[in-house]
Amino acid sequence: MPSRDKSITDMPKKRSTFLLSVLCFGMAFLYIPMFLLIVYSFNYSKIVSVWGGLSTRWYISLFESEEIWSALMLSLKIAIVNATFATLFGTLAGLALARFRHFRGRTLFTGMISAPLVMPEVITGLSLLLLFITLGDLIGWPEKRGITTITIAHITFSLAYVAVIIESRLSGIGETLEEAALDLGAKPLRVMMDITLPLLAPGMLAGWLLAFTLSLDDLVIASFVSGPGSSTLPMLIYSRVKLGLKPDINALATMIILAVAMGVLIAGWILIRQQKQRERDAQLAGAK
Amino acid sequence: MIKPTDSALTASRLNESTKMIFHRRWVRVVDNFFQSRWKGLSVAIPYVWLVIFFLIPFFIVLKISFAESLIASPPFSSLFEWSEDAALKMTLIFDNFAYLWEDDLYVKTYLNSVKISTISTILCLLIGYPMAYAIVRASGTMKYLLLLMVILPFWTSFLLRVYAWMGILADQGTLNSFLIWAGVIDQPIRMMYSEFAVYIGIVYSYLPFMILPLYANLEKLDLTLHEAASDLGAHPITVFFTVTLPLTIPGIIAGGLLVFIPATGEFVIPDLLGGGNVLMIGRVLYDEFNSNHDWPVAAAVAIALLILLVIPMMLYQHAQSRQINN
Repeated sequence: MPSRDKSITDMPKKRSTFLLSVLCFGMAFLYIPMFLLIVYSFNYSKIVSVWGGLSTRWYISLFESEEIWSALMLSLKIAIVNATFATLFGTLAGLALARFRHFRGRTLFTGMISAPLVMPEVITGLSLLLLFITLGDLIGWPEKRGITTITIAHITFSLAYVAVIIESRLSGIGETLEEAALDLGAKPLRVMMDITLPLLAPGMLAGWLLAFTLSLDDLVIASFVSGPGSSTLPMLIYSRVKLGLKPDINALATMIILAVAMGVLIAGWILIRQQKQRERDAQLAGAK
Repeated sequence: MIKPTDSALTASRLNESTKMIFHRRWVRVVDNFFQSRWKGLSVAIPYVWLVIFFLIPFFIVLKISFAESLIASPPFSSLFEWSEDAALKMTLIFDNFAYLWEDDLYVKTYLNSVKISTISTILCLLIGYPMAYAIVRASGTMKYLLLLMVILPFWTSFLLRVYAWMGILADQGTLNSFLIWAGVIDQPIRMMYSEFAVYIGIVYSYLPFMILPLYANLEKLDLTLHEAASDLGAHPITVFFTVTLPLTIPGIIAGGLLVFIPATGEFVIPDLLGGGNVLMIGRVLYDEFNSNHDWPVAAAVAIALLILLVIPMMLYQHAQSRQINN
């Protein structure tokens, strides 16, 4: 790495009108659509884009809709199981990539981890569906497609994301602590349990959350591998908005955006606080 | 003298201690097994999973793309057949690929997908680069806040963010109402169900994917080079084009591929915003499979799309592994 005496952050801060205006434009571009989505969810009118006065009627109809509740529950179930397994498998895969230098078939393994990240969803969905159909013909499993097949499909692509997070976190941590423990005579498995995994815990949490969101968000792969009677929330939303705007979907979107914003803000606040704490610790250490 | 109760007690004690020994030995066996094999085991679990659910499905698609379309269940011919002299005969049918090549629709759709995702990638770069640069230059808490703002949309539903644009671009949507109110136009312009809408959808959805790698790249930049260039009298714009830009090429490539690859196979955006007017390969594949039930052609489309994307995908993997090695 180059010496980090200076970075772009320390550059003399001349205000650049150009940079500032692009930044404002970009942020407006990212946030105005979401803002409008929220505003129109409180619209009384049945035609989403025509303002008809303030109302919460779409929230009420949303809460009363059994279809949406059952789709939400299905999606949450899949997302939780998916996130747990993906974190488990993805952590193992990330450990293998970052810490086990040589094992048989490493090149293939690296390829299989990075390919799902960039594979178009339509291809992943199609290929998994064809696998399930072939398996069904050969061994009689899966008998019918639904929650299980969707969960398997989600684990397959989520674990790749988790593996990448874990791998980059492991190379960020470095191996000094592990080497120290090994030098002091700890067995490799003990080192893994007592040192590597605790250090990895934040990365695993981030991986779990990412896998959870990816699963909640997925429409294309789920619509390929699901069967009759098992609609996830994105599938339900898609079938409703396919033909136009639906005010209760605006209400649903508002609740999702607010929930996510809260989560991200809390996470961000914790991160910033940790950062400041670390800076303070570093200062204290320097003062001594 | 040993009382019967005592002997029973001893026996039970003895029994317990053998159990303990046995238990310990069992633990040791398991422990030894794990001490020597845990590495192999922990690789094997994700490895086997990915082979079954990622690699094999891919070969099934390849296989079906060479099969013949049948009106049956499953609707394709089998590739391997036992002929009369009991030899395994394999029939590869290139018809599906020939069909893709001959039918104008598919070639046009491919070219159109590449065109749309290339232009979208360039648009993302033009907006994303200055944004990443501005974020890197922001100070302290502001920097984190701006980064959070870029990441936040990524965590909300992709589908709903595309849906938001349906409300903006509709004939009686926000944008048309605004333009009429501002007096720019007097008749609503048709913006939905056009390539314009698809461009907006792709740039909007994939902009964060462009900004984040660029940000990571810009933040690590060594500034002594900039100082040297400015000290020697170079204009800031010259410094940018001769020093900063070349140094951030890895970030540009990573961000560009992260936009280009998924955008090429995109289904939701052309389907919801482009309607029937915009041909993109992801949508054609989806329709071929779900509406026409022509599995062999759908599989052939998938294989052809993969061939189209294999070079950018390998480039991405190369860039990724180089970054990790650094």
